[in-house]
Amino acid sequence: MSSPSPITHTLDPAKWIDNYSDYLFRYTTVRINDHEISKDLVQETFFSGLKSAKNFEGKATERTWLISILKRKIIDHYRKKNSKKGQAEVRMNFYNDGENEGDWIEERVPQSWDSEVEKKIENKELQHQIDLCVDKLPKKYAMVFRMKTIQEVDTEVICKELGISSSNLWVIIHRARMQLRKCLEDNWFNN
Amino acid sequence: MFKKLNITCNQATTICDKSQYGEASFFDKIKLQIHFIGCKICVMYTKQNVLLTKLYKSKATNTKRKQDSLCMTHQEKEVLRKELEKQNV
Repeated sequence: MSSPSPITHTLDPAKWIDNYSDYLFRYTTVRINDHEISKDLVQETFFSGLKSAKNFEGKATERTWLISILKRKIIDHYRKKNSKKGQAEVRMNFYNDGENEGDWIEERVPQSWDSEVEKKIENKELQHQIDLCVDKLPKKYAMVFRMKTIQEVDTEVICKELGISSSNLWVIIHRARMQLRKCLEDNWFNN
Repeated sequence: MFKKLNITCNQATTICDKSQYGEASFFDKIKLQIHFIGCKICVMYTKQNVLLTKLYKSKATNTKRKQDSLCMTHQEKEVLRKELEKQNV
């Protein structure tokens, strides 16, 4: 599998589950927030790892190598469109051409909220509602939003991992927050 | 110069969102303040956005607290182990 040089890393698939399954699972769940899908992606990662084990050069550690496979699986996952989650379209909030370009579309204008919102912040149901609303976003938006806002990952790191520019990231964050705002407003904050 | 300072509601709310993460530039913030003079809707959006940021921060703290204990169940690992052994034969 590898040369006997001391700096060369080796693969030991028999220990993968004990050593890495929880780590890979956590890595996936914080990005996708779905137990079943995360489990499947971890399994696919191990399968791909086995298949391509002969190509392992031993330059990276086993864990880094497995993560690089998993990252590609996650990107493939969010590019897939035909699943229940993430089918939702992002609704326009602003006119995108004509005289009013960039202005609020009347029916999308923010509504005033009840005055108790601040007291509800720690409410468990409200916190759960965030997940429900995020799950209604297109997958790519959901992932970028979760990484940036819930995991508080640096902009640069997210851009590198997902292969997007920082201006692209801010457009996604902007649209995601707009949509979430509306979703939370409809379900929780409406007067 | 004045044209540069004049931004749409779409741009203003984008700056506001960026600023929730402390990543809006100084010039962007000035443009936002000028926009506020004539646009009460964006003022309201911003106030609500600050509340949402507090909510998301609290969610982030709670999520991270639980995260360390996130793992696959013993049973799931055993199923996976068998699948992996099949592949490895």
